[in-house]
Amino acid sequence: MKLELRGITKRFGSVVANDHIDLTVEPGQIHALLGENGAGKSTLMNILYGLTRPDEGEILIDESPVAFTRPKDAIAAGIGMVHQHFMLVPVFTVAENVVLGDERTRRLGPLGFGLLDRRRAREDVLRVSQRFGLTVDPDALVENLPVGVQQRVEIIKALLRDATLLILDEPTAVLTPGETEDLFAVMRSLKESGHSIVFITHKLNEVQQMADTITVIRQGKVVGSMPPTASDEELAARMVGRAVRLAPEKAAATLGEIVLSVESLTVSDDLGNTAVRGVSFDIKAGEILGIAGVQGNGQTELCEALVGLRPAVDGRFAVRGRDLTGHATREILHAGVGYVPEDRQAEGLVTEFTVAENLALDRYDQPPYSKGLALNLDVMNAAATDQVKQFDIRTESIGSPASSLSGGNQQKVVVARELSRSVGLLIASQPTRGVDVGSIEFVHRRIVEVRNQGSAVLLVSTELDEIAALADRIAVMYEGEIVAMRSADVSREELGLLMAGGGAGAGASASAAGEPASAAAPA
Amino acid sequence: MTPPETPPPETPPPDVAADVAAEPGAERWRSAVFDAVVEGNTVTVTFLAFVAAIVVGGLLIAFTDPNVLPKFGHFFSTPGAAIAAAWSSASGAYTAMFRGAIIDIHTVSAAFHGGSITAVFEPISETLVNATPLILTGLAVMLPFRCGLFNIGGTGQFIGGAVVAGWIGFALQLPPVVHVIAAIAGGLVGGAVCGWLVGFLRARTGANEVIVTIMFNYVAQFLLLYLLGTHAFRRPKRIDPISRVVHGTARMPHLLGSTLRVNFGFILAIGAAFAVSWLIKRSTVGFEFRTIGANPDAARAAGMNVERGYIVVMLVAGALAGLAGAAVVLGTDYSLTPGIYGSYGFDAITVALLGRGTSLGVVLASLLFGALHAGGVQMQAATQTPIDIVIVIQALIVLFIAAPPLVRTIFRLRGQRSGPEKRAALKVVGA
Repeated sequence: MKLELRGITKRFGSVVANDHIDLTVEPGQIHALLGENGAGKSTLMNILYGLTRPDEGEILIDESPVAFTRPKDAIAAGIGMVHQHFMLVPVFTVAENVVLGDERTRRLGPLGFGLLDRRRAREDVLRVSQRFGLTVDPDALVENLPVGVQQRVEIIKALLRDATLLILDEPTAVLTPGETEDLFAVMRSLKESGHSIVFITHKLNEVQQMADTITVIRQGKVVGSMPPTASDEELAARMVGRAVRLAPEKAAATLGEIVLSVESLTVSDDLGNTAVRGVSFDIKAGEILGIAGVQGNGQTELCEALVGLRPAVDGRFAVRGRDLTGHATREILHAGVGYVPEDRQAEGLVTEFTVAENLALDRYDQPPYSKGLALNLDVMNAAATDQVKQFDIRTESIGSPASSLSGGNQQKVVVARELSRSVGLLIASQPTRGVDVGSIEFVHRRIVEVRNQGSAVLLVSTELDEIAALADRIAVMYEGEIVAMRSADVSREELGLLMAGGGAGAGASASAAGEPASAAAPA
Repeated sequence: MTPPETPPPETPPPDVAADVAAEPGAERWRSAVFDAVVEGNTVTVTFLAFVAAIVVGGLLIAFTDPNVLPKFGHFFSTPGAAIAAAWSSASGAYTAMFRGAIIDIHTVSAAFHGGSITAVFEPISETLVNATPLILTGLAVMLPFRCGLFNIGGTGQFIGGAVVAGWIGFALQLPPVVHVIAAIAGGLVGGAVCGWLVGFLRARTGANEVIVTIMFNYVAQFLLLYLLGTHAFRRPKRIDPISRVVHGTARMPHLLGSTLRVNFGFILAIGAAFAVSWLIKRSTVGFEFRTIGANPDAARAAGMNVERGYIVVMLVAGALAGLAGAAVVLGTDYSLTPGIYGSYGFDAITVALLGRGTSLGVVLASLLFGALHAGGVQMQAATQTPIDIVIVIQALIVLFIAAPPLVRTIFRLRGQRSGPEKRAALKVVGA
């Protein structure tokens, strides 16, 4: 199927989400749509899938114009979409989910009651999964499946409705490196069988690896088409609209004394299961220790324990020789620990508070922010004005609610708050998740600055790029343990393997290791 | 939809003209007011909910009046008579209510002819007396609400304050000024202990404060009944449960002469409203409350002690409700009775809702409810309309406020929009 979008324009009030976008997807092509959060990628795809209607422009399939008013029309035309958040019923089996909304029935007896044809549903699933290498058990309950497999179910669902063009909206955001490789293999086999794929992402290396054509969107406009051979810097510059330095400049670490020492620390998660198993490590002044690992391997609990949000079941940790195990969060923060929590909306910010209030969240009761019981609003506002300028926080005013800021600027508020008091240890968990490239660059530079000023940094990230760009030493966490400690020059392949829990030759991650080295590795 | 290139019409309609940003101050101010009214924001909706409730209440008054219904039997022959009867029934009831709550013009003219001047102020005095405990219990619901807690325990905390304040008032012999201060302080402490207990249970055991406070209401009610039977409380030579009488030295001073009931308790309530407002907006403790209320996880991550916040806010709320108890027992009732807590604890929830979570709002809502109650008494006396209609009107107000889209539909207001979308909507409407 050949798909053409001509002059698609969509306005929300005075905001132009899509501004005369032209796009052509040839049959059997993987077409990458690259752009920052809020660039208008998702709006465009929602138009294509019939979820919203364009104000102007037309959609052509195989040279003839079509108009979609609802997803059903798009599905009938052969378009399938896999959303970033899956649309699956957790308590149903794979087969049941796949037929949902398009149930086939058998007539039962002369009365003509329809009976759900489960056998046929199972067979359909197996047929498609074998054809494209989408391994999945049709009888498994979706809630028991890992995220990567759930995504396969979504793809099977689209294929069973005869989709010849698949839209994948940020498909790798939730996947482990191994699962990402599996997905890419599926995408290749789909392409070979003549399917077209629109691949939405903001990750540069994936685009280079997979795409046949790259269309870059910025602020609702197509700003260029590029071949997959384009370099990281070229792509990033096109995406952001200015030259970007992806990895901050970083001199060799000058190590000082040990700042954080963790000794066989054991921590439980909310359900009482052991999440961190006897972890020990040190971080020295002037050093960034990166903790790599797939989400959910104990990194969250480790960070929470280190700032006193979660009790240590066993073991201890000390900051600059002072044992802080079992101390309150407030004391730990006052001992010079900065904390950037992994989920800024849930823990880092009070979204309905103003920017100024959020910047004072951990020091509102200390002079000069307070005078006795009273808040000193003048000091608070002056400090906020200062920090907004210093950390380049784009906000209408310091009195705007934090919820009105973009993700990147919200994150800058958290970083500004934590770094504008003196910190000997910075614990940063996923500091750039869901943040635009421009802000990533800024946050990274700040983290390196803190390290250069002689602080210790514990950086937790599931993004290998981030770990590789910042860390001086890399620890890999798997199922609550630090399974490896490597120097910063460790290869990506080895890290990917370790994150998947395998030493060399482990079956589960063989596909990740099998990929050529050039596949992933921005400078 | 109009493409952006289309030039605006030569003479734009007034709301578009008013929306153009670059305008002199006065014009912009006027358009802001216009926007506020037409947009159906919370203040407008609250006011219109009141209007709608009054209209529906009026219909109820008219059609439950035994004098009106027969006239509707002849509606098709003499429709005028039927409508006139309905109008006079409803307007009569509301007029009587106004006389009982705000001012009665007859007492004014009587005053000019040598009558009592205090009679002129009696309706206002009754309104303020009724509003006083509502303000305090309303604050006791509103403040924890800002901290993420739902305090249904106004009744229990009210009783806690009333019992301690009353006991100090009738059992102790103290010099004049000292006595009333001690009794008021006792009320604060009595309520605070009740509130603290709830906060403590919530913080230490995670017990749901809604259930705990509801149960504590029963405990407090029956404890009060028990106390009224004990030797320490029971009034000599009475067999019904009523306490001894508060000494004159412990009574709240009257504000407008001894015949009018309005007393120093009202001043305390207004003072408390200012204090709570300051606490929420300008104090470190209030900042902590608001953070915990909006996002307890972020509060924890910023090093706040969420559990301590729950305890402190319930302690303060309990003290406020206890002060309401003190204001009633020391200001108007002068003795403890089994029903002294009235419906203040529950009306407080309505008041806090109506007051939209601010001190000023709570004060205004309490004055409104106080006026409805004071007027209701007069209405029943003058027109035989049952005072229960007041409760119906209160319920209607809450109903309309709880469903802003309903009010917006009735009065054809635009929904609240923000920023660019709102501007665009105005433009579209204009074009």
